[in-house]
Amino acid sequence: MPPSSAQLLPGTLDLLILKAVSLGPLHGYGVLLRIGQISNQALLIEQGALYPALFRLVRQGLLSATWGTSENNRRAKFYELTIAGRKRLRDETGAWNRLATAMGSALAAQPEEL
Amino acid sequence: MNFASFRSLAAKFLRPSQTHSEMDEELMSHIQHRADDLERQGSTRAEAERRARVEFGGQTRFKEECNEALGGNFFETLLQDTRFSLRGLRKSPGFLFVAVITLAFAIAANAVVFGILDGLILRPLNVPQSESLWGTAYGDNAMWQTYPNYLDLRARNHSFEDLAAFKFAFVGLKKDNDASLANGFATTGNYFDVLRIHPYLGRFFNSSDEHGPNSAPYVVLSYAYWHRTFLDDRSVLGRNVALNKHPFTIIGVAPPGFQGTLLFIDPDFFIPIVNQEQVDGEPLLNARANPDGIFEAFGHLKSGVTPAQGTADLNSVGSSLEKTYPKQFGHKTSSLVREGLTSFGGPARAFVFGLMLLASLILLAACANLGGLFSARAADRSREVALRLALGASAGRILRWLFTEAMLVSFAGGAAGLAVGIFLLRQLGNWRPFSGAALHIPVEPSLEVYVFALALALLSGFLFALLPARQVRRTDPYQIVKSGSTSRPGRRLAFRELLLIIQITICAVLVTSSMVAILGMTRSLYGHVGFEPRNTVLASVNLTMAGYTGDSVLDMQTRMIRALEAIPGADAAGLVDNYPPLVNLAGRRTNVFKQTANDLRPSNIALTPYRYDVSPDYLHAAQTALLAGRSFSWHDDKAAPKVAIVNRDFATRLFGSISGAIGKSFKAEDGSLTQIIGVVENGKYQVLTEDQQPAVFFSFLQSPMSAAFLIVRSKRDPQQIAAEIRTKLHALDPGLPLDTQTWDNLLHVVQFPSRVATIALGILGLMGAMLSLTGIFGMAAYSVSRRLKEFGIRLALGARRKNVLEAALGRPVKLLAFGSVAGLILGILASKVLESIVYQATPRDPFVLAAVIVSMSLLGLLATWIPARRVLSIDPLRLLRDE
Repeated sequence: MPPSSAQLLPGTLDLLILKAVSLGPLHGYGVLLRIGQISNQALLIEQGALYPALFRLVRQGLLSATWGTSENNRRAKFYELTIAGRKRLRDETGAWNRLATAMGSALAAQPEEL
Repeated sequence: MNFASFRSLAAKFLRPSQTHSEMDEELMSHIQHRADDLERQGSTRAEAERRARVEFGGQTRFKEECNEALGGNFFETLLQDTRFSLRGLRKSPGFLFVAVITLAFAIAANAVVFGILDGLILRPLNVPQSESLWGTAYGDNAMWQTYPNYLDLRARNHSFEDLAAFKFAFVGLKKDNDASLANGFATTGNYFDVLRIHPYLGRFFNSSDEHGPNSAPYVVLSYAYWHRTFLDDRSVLGRNVALNKHPFTIIGVAPPGFQGTLLFIDPDFFIPIVNQEQVDGEPLLNARANPDGIFEAFGHLKSGVTPAQGTADLNSVGSSLEKTYPKQFGHKTSSLVREGLTSFGGPARAFVFGLMLLASLILLAACANLGGLFSARAADRSREVALRLALGASAGRILRWLFTEAMLVSFAGGAAGLAVGIFLLRQLGNWRPFSGAALHIPVEPSLEVYVFALALALLSGFLFALLPARQVRRTDPYQIVKSGSTSRPGRRLAFRELLLIIQITICAVLVTSSMVAILGMTRSLYGHVGFEPRNTVLASVNLTMAGYTGDSVLDMQTRMIRALEAIPGADAAGLVDNYPPLVNLAGRRTNVFKQTANDLRPSNIALTPYRYDVSPDYLHAAQTALLAGRSFSWHDDKAAPKVAIVNRDFATRLFGSISGAIGKSFKAEDGSLTQIIGVVENGKYQVLTEDQQPAVFFSFLQSPMSAAFLIVRSKRDPQQIAAEIRTKLHALDPGLPLDTQTWDNLLHVVQFPSRVATIALGILGLMGAMLSLTGIFGMAAYSVSRRLKEFGIRLALGARRKNVLEAALGRPVKLLAFGSVAGLILGILASKVLESIVYQATPRDPFVLAAVIVSMSLLGLLATWIPARRVLSIDPLRLLRDE
């Protein structure tokens, strides 16, 4: 268990998956590990819940999937960003950053600054 | 949608099972990878796999979510649901059977009634622009009107583009050397032009063919008659046929879909009305006071003229004609009628809407019934439903499954009902109720009927699936899995029970009305109608068809009567002109004035009795009892003073008493005085349900007419008598067209409406009974199966079976009783409507009450029989062990 884990905000799972996959093709379990790794184990994802999200992204044309062989020598389905996925990741990252900055400065406001 | 998503969708549809196994494989691969990691951390392989599985969570649920994420899974889910429902239904064949039969009944009834509605009322005549085509009910609201009035109406109105008219022509039609009876229309020359139709072969006659009486001996055949009798022979054009021995030339064939301008009658041919004298035997077109001229005038309203304006126009023409011809023409009100139905429009519509109402009641009852069945089933399976909910199925999913099941049942029931309905409609459409006349009911199963029936089935399926849906939404899985069914049998009236009461009430109404109708019908078959139809044979003889005219008619009729009197075993032989009472719904009326009346205008008419011209022995042959005075003799002929016999109603209305009428006189339309020499008992004359009507009998020697019925009374076999009548009459004239029937048989025509109503009500009553049966059965079976455990415990604790039975079935029986009483009361109220259709249908009859109560109790007994057996055969030990 990580020292402190954060609740995933609704809608952020898709963005996290896109980010994880943008660093290189991954299978489902790999996506899970990668998210854990890049968030320093702070973000926890229910394992089964990952798949509906993956299927949704494939359907939206943001990810493409191909069957291959994993590092454990098992058959697995690998996901990759499509061009549309890459664009979406860029847009959403920008949007997220703006939101985070805004939220951060809003929450950091001090009485004397008003 | 881009290509990738299209591909994923397409893959799903094209290879659904592959998508599935891929999904399985992917999830499995995930679990294996996780297990690999766990194994590396030191678990055994088996332990690692178990933990990986637990960590992953509910696979089924995620698979469902994945399916939804893939989109377009509607059909697959539907397929799944269907498969699942089919399996469920197969496990309870009893439920399936009852549900499908119930719905099939209701759908069949509604399909048939809708078919009738479609054929009679919704579908217009098969002619162009039929929506602006109107018939005129002109003058006294009756259809018949006079030809001169029609001509004036045509000339003076401002509303119609043109007015055409028609009447009937019943003739002996001879082609080559083969004579047969045929029914056609005699029409005005502009008939086909007004209808805007074109001939299939040859040409139609038109206004330019009319040059005075008997100037246009042309005949147009209907397509069906041409096909049937002339075998599609295209060379018929120009050929001659003889109508009542007058030569007519075939000039054309009408288009296939065209069946004249009266829905119930298929005319075989059309002739110009100017030639009517040749087929009727007497000129009918000249007298303004003679209402036998035309049957109906009709035409297209000019564009921009509303029906209301048209009606006002008709009435203004009518009143101006009344002012011009006060002696010959009494105009009351005129109205426009739907062409094709004429004045039957009102009654036909009322009858069909009455049927619609009853049929929708049946459907409502069936829906209530099915709703009860389905919610009982849902309650029985509440544990299964709860388990599925607990295992992660969404409530929406369960509802979908329930709806799929309901839809399957409604589809099966709808299809079965539709099949039965189509069969019945076909039978009805091919039915020729009267062998002599070309009457038929213009119905056929059409696309509208199919769509209507299936839509109705699916709609009702949706309705009765709503009930269990309410139940599921309130289900708390935890409670149910823990303790079995949640709801306890309460004192409160459940919604389901209310439905059952409504349903039984409806059914009891139907049962009551059908009992009333059937009883009334039976009575009318054995009631006295002013003559005795049994042991008689009637021969219809139209001497005009055989070419007789003038004095030779009377001479021939006298010789015919004499010949028939000589038949061995014949008690009496009589003759009645036109039609005998109650035959073919035909009755002639005449206007009677008081002796003192000097001005014979329509407003001074004292009575309008039915009129019969009879031979001296007619009363004897008909067994109409003479109450006072004497019967006609052979001396009451043209040389003798005019005499008449009247019925009791006539005598009391005009003279106050029977004895007071004898020897008194009244004035006829032509102003001549007629003396009353006898009074006979009252009778029925046109229909059985009519109010008592006055009637007057004249001596046929004083008012001859060429169309007549001969009546022979004999106790011998009617077949033999009929054969002897034919032999005797053909000995007098071998070419005489003849039709023999028993009076009893001919009465069927007059009983036709009440017979149809009785049959319809009988069937609906039977359906009502079946529905109460299944409804009560469903309820009783449900209440027993639900409390079986409780009953087992009670029995184990020493309760007597009688008490347990009471607890189990008391409520259904109470509901039945309550619903039946309510239905009986409503049924009695509703039966007042029946009195107008069915002769002697009186609901306040102890016999009816008893019959309804007995049949409802029998139904109750029958319906609770199986559930009661189940209660009585409870083995507490086994039951408790099973739990």
